[in-house]
Amino acid sequence: MKKFLSGNEAFAEGIRLARPEVISAYPITPQTIVVERLSEMVEDGSLKAEYVHVESEHSALSCAIGASAAGARAFTATSSQGLLYMAECLYYASGGRFPIVMMNADRSTALPWNIYGDQRDSLSQLDSGWIQAYAENAQEALDLALMSYKIAENKRVSTPFMANLDGFVLTHTYETVDIPEKELADKFLPPYETDNRIDFDNPKNMAFSAGPDTNYIFKYKEHEGVLAARDVIAETEKEFADIFGRKYTGLIENYRTDDAEYIIVTLGSIAGLCRETADKLRESGVKAGVVRIRYMRPFPNEEIAETLKNAKAYAVLEKDISFGNEGTVFTNVNSALKKAGINVSGYNFIGGLGGRNISASDIEKIYSDIANGTDSVNFIGIGGENNGQ
Amino acid sequence: MKEIIWLGRGGQGAFTAAKLLGAAYTINGGEKYALAFPSFGPERRGAPVRAFTKLDTKPVADRSQTEKADFIVILDDTLYGPQLQGLLKENGKIIINSKDDIEGALTFDAEKISSEYRLPTVNTVMLGLLAGISEVVSAEEAELAVKGYMPAKIQERNISAISKASKEAVL
Repeated sequence: MKKFLSGNEAFAEGIRLARPEVISAYPITPQTIVVERLSEMVEDGSLKAEYVHVESEHSALSCAIGASAAGARAFTATSSQGLLYMAECLYYASGGRFPIVMMNADRSTALPWNIYGDQRDSLSQLDSGWIQAYAENAQEALDLALMSYKIAENKRVSTPFMANLDGFVLTHTYETVDIPEKELADKFLPPYETDNRIDFDNPKNMAFSAGPDTNYIFKYKEHEGVLAARDVIAETEKEFADIFGRKYTGLIENYRTDDAEYIIVTLGSIAGLCRETADKLRESGVKAGVVRIRYMRPFPNEEIAETLKNAKAYAVLEKDISFGNEGTVFTNVNSALKKAGINVSGYNFIGGLGGRNISASDIEKIYSDIANGTDSVNFIGIGGENNGQ
Repeated sequence: MKEIIWLGRGGQGAFTAAKLLGAAYTINGGEKYALAFPSFGPERRGAPVRAFTKLDTKPVADRSQTEKADFIVILDDTLYGPQLQGLLKENGKIIINSKDDIEGALTFDAEKISSEYRLPTVNTVMLGLLAGISEVVSAEEAELAVKGYMPAKIQERNISAISKASKEAVL
C-alpha cells in the first residue's frame, strides 16, 4: 500500500511490521513523531507491544536491555542529547549482545542549543559497538526498520542496531512510501529466538563482570559480531529484494563512479543533491561521481577503496567535526585507502552543522575545489572570499 | 519539476496544504513523485510559517529549500512583500488570500469561501485555488487527498471548499 508519509512515520510503519514486544522511549525533537505513532499503534491494537513511558533516555535503553535479556524484541528511539544521555547504556547493550533496534533522529548537540539536523550525535558513538546505518529517504527508512532486526538478531551478529535518519530533512519530510504487506513482512522476519536470555528452567549468569584474563576475549568476539554483519547485511538485502522487490546495495551505494575522476563521499539525505549535481557537471564534461555510505559500522573499507582507487581526487562531505582534527567520516575513509595502499588526494568538507542548508552551488564548488586542490579540512561557506557568509 | 512555496501563520495549516498537494499529485500512482516539508523549527501560533512542495515525474532527490518557485501561495496577506517576486521562476505566480488587489499577484477572498463552509482556516481553499489556476493537480485529486489524509468529520466541508475554489479560480 502506498502512502504519503514523513520519515518518522515511515519508520514507525516499518517497526509495526517488525512486531517488537517492548517499546520504551522518551520523546525528543525531531524523534517525537516516531514514538507518538508507535504509541497510537499500540493503543489501537494494530501493534501488540508493551509500551513503556520512561523518565529519561538512560531508562529508555535500560528498559530495552532488560526486555531483550528476557528474550523480547525491543525498540527505542532517540536523538542528540538523548543519545548522549543514554551513552553509558549503549555499551551495556552491545557488550551484552542484545539485538535492540534504535532509531536515532540525527540532530546537532549543544551548546549552542539547536534542534536541527547534523550527524555529530551518532558519529560520536561509533565506538559503542552498535551497527550504524544511515538512510537517505523515507522508503529506505521503512525498509531499514524491517531489515534491522533480521541483521541484529542473526546469531552470527547478535549486536544492537542504530538506524539514523537526518533530523527534519528526513524525519519531517513527506514523500510516497510503499508499505509492505503484513504477511510478507512476517515471512521475512520470524519471531526473535535466542539462548541469550533469562530462563528460569535453565538458569545462567548474564551481564557479568570479566577480569583482565577474559575481558579482551569478549571484546574480540564483539568485534567479530559487528564484522559478521557485513555478510549478513548482504544476505538480508538479497532476501528482502526477493520478497519485496526493492534492492539495496550493501554498505555503500555508488553513483556514476565507474569512470569518475572526482568523487564526493557522503552519507544520509544530502546524497540526492550530490547525485543531481554530479549529473549536471557530467553534462559539461566533468567526470563526477558520488559514494553514499549506508553503514558506518561495520565500515566499508574494501568497498570504498575499490571505488576511489582510480579517481583523481575525492571529497568527504559530512555533517560532523572532531574538533582539533577533522570530520570522523574523513578519518575513516582515509584509513580505508591507507590500508589498501591507495594514494588519491582527499579533502574534507564540513557542512550542515546545526541544520545549515547545503545548496547545489555548495556541492558544485566542492567538485571544483577538489579538482584544483584546496585545504585538507574545509568548512563550507567559511573562509576565503566567502568568509563567514 | 514544479515547486510551490506556502506562506502562512502558525495555526493556519499551510503545511497541511503543502502535504495535501503532495499527496494529491501522487494519489493516482504512475511516475509521479512529491516531497513536502515545512520550514523546520518550533511551532508557534501566529508566527510566520513556510512550507514547500516539490512535484516531479522522477524521484525528488534535492531536499533543500526551494530558491525559485513556480507558485507562491500566501494564506495571510500581511505576509506579502514585493521581495517575494525574487523567489519566482520566470512566469511564476503569487496567489494571495486578500480582499484587496495586490500588484504582481493574483488575489482571492479565500475567507469568503472558507466561512461559507464553516472552515476555521483557508488552507484547503488556497489548495483549491492553486489547483484551478495551476492545474498541477486536478480538484478531484485534491479531494482524494483530503479523503485519504484529513479526519473524517471535516472531509466533506473541505472537499466542497476545494471544489468551489477551483472553479472560482478558473473564472
